[in-house]
Amino acid sequence: MAEESVITDKMRSLIGIESEPSVYEIQQEPIRRWAEAIGDSNPLYHDEEYARKSRFAAMIAPPGMVGNYVFPVKAGGPPPHVESPFWRRLNGGNEYEFLKPVKAGDILTATTRLVDLQERQGRPGIGRMLIQIMETTYKNQRGEVVVKTRGTGITYEGPTE
Amino acid sequence: MAKELFWDDIEVGTELPPLVKNPTTQQLVKWAGASGDFYQIHYDKDFAISTGLSGVIIHGALKSAWLGQLLGDWVGESGTIKKYGCSYRGMDVPDDTITCKGTVVKKYVEGDEHLVECEIWVENSRGERTTPGTGLVALPSRG
Repeated sequence: MAEESVITDKMRSLIGIESEPSVYEIQQEPIRRWAEAIGDSNPLYHDEEYARKSRFAAMIAPPGMVGNYVFPVKAGGPPPHVESPFWRRLNGGNEYEFLKPVKAGDILTATTRLVDLQERQGRPGIGRMLIQIMETTYKNQRGEVVVKTRGTGITYEGPTE
Repeated sequence: MAKELFWDDIEVGTELPPLVKNPTTQQLVKWAGASGDFYQIHYDKDFAISTGLSGVIIHGALKSAWLGQLLGDWVGESGTIKKYGCSYRGMDVPDDTITCKGTVVKKYVEGDEHLVECEIWVENSRGERTTPGTGLVALPSRG
């Protein structure tokens, strides 16, 4: 059982370091595509006229959209990279906190940091897992924090036979 | 849009209207394009098998997007999703019927906000809760 930890001191030294900010423009068309891809016909995500007359006065981003929206205007570079010994990966979970609506036309600035590293033994076929907890904060063009996300990324050993 | 949902009309145990999805690999590809997640386990069967999976699986973030839709449909335009999250405990596969469900576990007032806490989850066609989570929403009050 006394297997060596996959978490090295070098990896631990990356905890808490913030990424360079990435900048995203929230546009109508990606909102429509996102909603279309999940099968959500809510007119707030499709119909500009309708959305203008709503309390938001603009099309809004569906919940969770910013947290996965990976086509930045300005890529700030990824957060400090943890060199996992495992190449296979899975998403362990996502959490979103919405502080203000994100509207079409908003320019968001996101910074991500690694907040924790854990290791765990998965079922056979998964094997050892290295778990990375990342937090991202999104601010709008007025400097207001609009969304905070927390993601659990897993890399794992895979089948050992 | 459905009629407006009020905090006063919610009770602990109230069930959210379920959201049923019948995803295909085509939908997973659409999602890959919309979200920018192009990891091959979600559309390339040989690649998925090489990682130790039994085949293509549904993106975790797509399941969380459906849970966001579940909450959004329920609260309607006058409600607000404050936060939600889920864990991808079990894998889901295309061509299965996926149902997003939820139940109210708590309602309370904090400051000037009327809040409702829910247990939410994704269930496969065998009734297994593959993706448990929680949600917190604010609703208008008649008071």
